Amino acid sequence: MKMTNQMKLSFLSKSVNESFARTAVAAFITGLDPTMDEITDIKTAVSEAVTNCIVHGYRDSVQTVYITAATYPDNRVVIKIKDKGCGIEDIEKAMEPLYTTCPEGERAGLGFALMQSLCDKVKVASKPGKGTTVTLHRKLAMRGQDDSQE
Amino acid sequence: MPVRVYLADEIMTAHLLGDIDHHSSREIREEIDERAGRAHPSRLVMDFRDVTFMDSSGIGLVMGRYALMQELEGELVVENMPEHIKRVMKLAGLDRLANMESGRTRR
Repeated sequence: MKMTNQMKLSFLSKSVNESFARTAVAAFITGLDPTMDEITDIKTAVSEAVTNCIVHGYRDSVQTVYITAATYPDNRVVIKIKDKGCGIEDIEKAMEPLYTTCPEGERAGLGFALMQSLCDKVKVASKPGKGTTVTLHRKLAMRGQDDSQE
Repeated sequence: MPVRVYLADEIMTAHLLGDIDHHSSREIREEIDERAGRAHPSRLVMDFRDVTFMDSSGIGLVMGRYALMQELEGELVVENMPEHIKRVMKLAGLDRLANMESGRTRR
């Protein structure tokens, strides 16, 4: 399906940018007329993925996080959050609820569990030493109006 | 500062403000732990009424303060959670560990 809109964003992996990243994605999807709950869900999922890049991917070294977001005519949003950090050895294990490699930072180990609850589909592609890309798919409710295309 | 901490008798209230994420939770945690470590309150109340956003960092924050209050032999109360934050707690499965029905959680 052909995308209706797209944006790309890159920013330094500083924790202060977590709020910038989720707010920017939320602003991008406002064109789809989302509900407050839908906006909150997407902001939360993006916040989890971006935090993973900063805390785990780059382990507090300052490098670049990349986000691409696209919208589709069926009101689907696809958001890719990518780092070129350390990568994940065992993706299945990393996605287990309560599993964390960073308990001293009080990470609850619930990031992937939340992303999966809040999105229709979550895909993780990772190579140790190369980096990680998380792709979030979420379909927003059609709210009566014809999906006018610009 | 994303938190204001008040002490009255032996009850410490942490009034949380704004977005709780990995960035802000560090500062909140340090402030609460420092104040509670000095005052040894019998009860810590985390008041969520002015929290505008929370991701799983907030869950780590609550779980960590629960452990702190156990250490201090006091209790933790979580108060005034807006719906969207209860939702995060529920999605993360925390509702199975604590009763959040009335918006006031006593553990």
